[in-house]
Amino acid sequence: MFELILFVVFAVVALAAAIGVVAQRNVLYSALLLVLNFICLAALYVLMNAQFVAVAQIIVYAGAVMVLFLFTVMLLPGKRIEVAGRRLPGQTPLAILLALALGAVLLLLLGGSLVALGRPAHPAITVGNVQALAEVLFTRYIWAFEATGVLLLVAVAGVVHLLRSGPRPGAPR
Amino acid sequence: MLPTLSVLNLNGAVPQIAVAGAGMLIMLIDALFHRGSRRWAAYLALLGLAVALARVVESGASAETILDGALARDGLGMAFALVLIVAAALSVLVAMDYLRREEHERAEYYALILFATAGGLAMAMANDLVAVFIGLETLSISLYVLSAFFTGDAASREAALKYLLLGAFASAFFLYGIALLYGASGTTRLVEMGTAIRLAGTQADPLLWGGVALIIVGVGFKLALVPFHSWAPDVYQGAPTSVTAFMSVASKVAAFAALVRLLVVVLAPAAPLTSALLALLAVLTMTVGNILALAQDEVKRLLAYSSIAQAGYILVAAVAGEVGAAAVLFYLLGYAFTNLGAFAVVLAWSRRGEGRLPFSDLAGLGFRRPWTAAALSLFLLSLTGMPLTVGFVGKLYLFGAAVQAGWTWLAIVAVLNSVVSAFYYLRLVVIMYMREAEMPLALQRAGLALGVALAVCAAGVILLGLVPGVALDWARQAVAVVLS
Repeated sequence: MFELILFVVFAVVALAAAIGVVAQRNVLYSALLLVLNFICLAALYVLMNAQFVAVAQIIVYAGAVMVLFLFTVMLLPGKRIEVAGRRLPGQTPLAILLALALGAVLLLLLGGSLVALGRPAHPAITVGNVQALAEVLFTRYIWAFEATGVLLLVAVAGVVHLLRSGPRPGAPR
Repeated sequence: MLPTLSVLNLNGAVPQIAVAGAGMLIMLIDALFHRGSRRWAAYLALLGLAVALARVVESGASAETILDGALARDGLGMAFALVLIVAAALSVLVAMDYLRREEHERAEYYALILFATAGGLAMAMANDLVAVFIGLETLSISLYVLSAFFTGDAASREAALKYLLLGAFASAFFLYGIALLYGASGTTRLVEMGTAIRLAGTQADPLLWGGVALIIVGVGFKLALVPFHSWAPDVYQGAPTSVTAFMSVASKVAAFAALVRLLVVVLAPAAPLTSALLALLAVLTMTVGNILALAQDEVKRLLAYSSIAQAGYILVAAVAGEVGAAAVLFYLLGYAFTNLGAFAVVLAWSRRGEGRLPFSDLAGLGFRRPWTAAALSLFLLSLTGMPLTVGFVGKLYLFGAAVQAGWTWLAIVAVLNSVVSAFYYLRLVVIMYMREAEMPLALQRAGLALGVALAVCAAGVILLGLVPGVALDWARQAVAVVLS
């Protein structure tokens, strides 16, 4: 029951935020509403016992991607950035068409997963997928995990070398 | 359940641990007590490579997995690892005096060479596409930085940027290919993937074909095969010559190792189509590489186009699949000595602070520097494929494997291409011995380490050319033991 209430709350907020992203004229508000939408989706993932996806959603989308977005918006000149009233020719019918196509694909995928409703849940869902992921990461993919450490070290060492001994500004060559 | 140490079988990963560990040690020592000459870093790098080499030689052929199945310790992996380690050791020797002469002697250089080698080793031994990818990235990122190692040099920086941008693009292709193959087979482990593909049959599975095509694009970029070769001449010319020498050999050995394993273990049931695709790439690569090489007037750029063409020759045997694997391995061993040697001579002769060596600078050097000139002539003859050098035996086996697999027309194209290539290789020899210098080049003394490297390369080219039997048997036995 408690889960259902939480689900409804987050789902409604997510939907409202998504509509707001499209309806808002101020680009900055649009971007912030998109962040709200991402966070609500992350909460929904947690309700589905997919904690890792939730954290990744917050770090990658709400964190990295949106910060990039907001920086770009703020670097634009002008105090209030509004979407111009003009539209591209044929934009509205095209948008409706694409939205319907996306909806159809999502419904197809949903239909596909309804088939699996009766079957026992994947172990990743029952134990929580952080644990399942950790288990795979530290057994089957232990080498990949360790070797990625070396890979990151190489990248850091390379950047340090290139910056430390880089050309002085104004140097001829 | 957590794996025990015996499942991990860390013992088999000693070559990589030794190489990467030596690289980390160099960086640590350099950061803590960096004073004076960096010669010790080169010696430490050679030591790490020697440990890895000893381990590879001693372990022999035994098809078993290490690190819970991520890597394969089989004959194929170990043999390519051996070629890679020898090439890395030679390029450390080649770089020692060069870096000091160019006033860029830094410990990171050797650390990055070692990391690149560790990445290449991972590609050679990988039994998992994720491992191949991480190895590929480790190798590539080290090479991007090494290309820009002479940071004061605009050409070096430009080369690195070009390499980085196009390389990142190719990595994305490769990664997408992995994702599609995972979708087609449900696993990233190569052996399991091979079984899944064999069971599914080769009916047109768009996921499988899409994945194969994208992975070939990714590997083809690393090998500078022709539609994906545009970065190679600029990067080879702009990068420090010692880096070019290493890059031209190491990335070929590593990428061909991964390609051969993919063809033998995973894609054997799909052979007709992959072979046709690779044959097309081979023809393009040989022909375009050779024709463009004809128009060059600078040795480093000429060698860049020549190594594009050489990748095409090797691909001729890769087309033959399992039959050609031993020929690919043997040719790469010979190519490591030949190409590293040729670049070592370029490096010894080029002017200080300048990476270029125009043809006109070569004039008259045949008599002013008889030993080095003789060595360069030997390497050029071997690249052409003259008898008594390793190039001849190697090409014989490459093209023979193609004929054996029924690709006679491809072998004929390859032979015709070799004839064309003789023109530009031999032209260099003619200039060295038969033309008077207009402005004699001020030559530096070649250091001891460079001399040792040249001697080893020349000895390798002659010995493998005169008595190829031992090495050929070794190559054949090695590729026969494949984890599958």
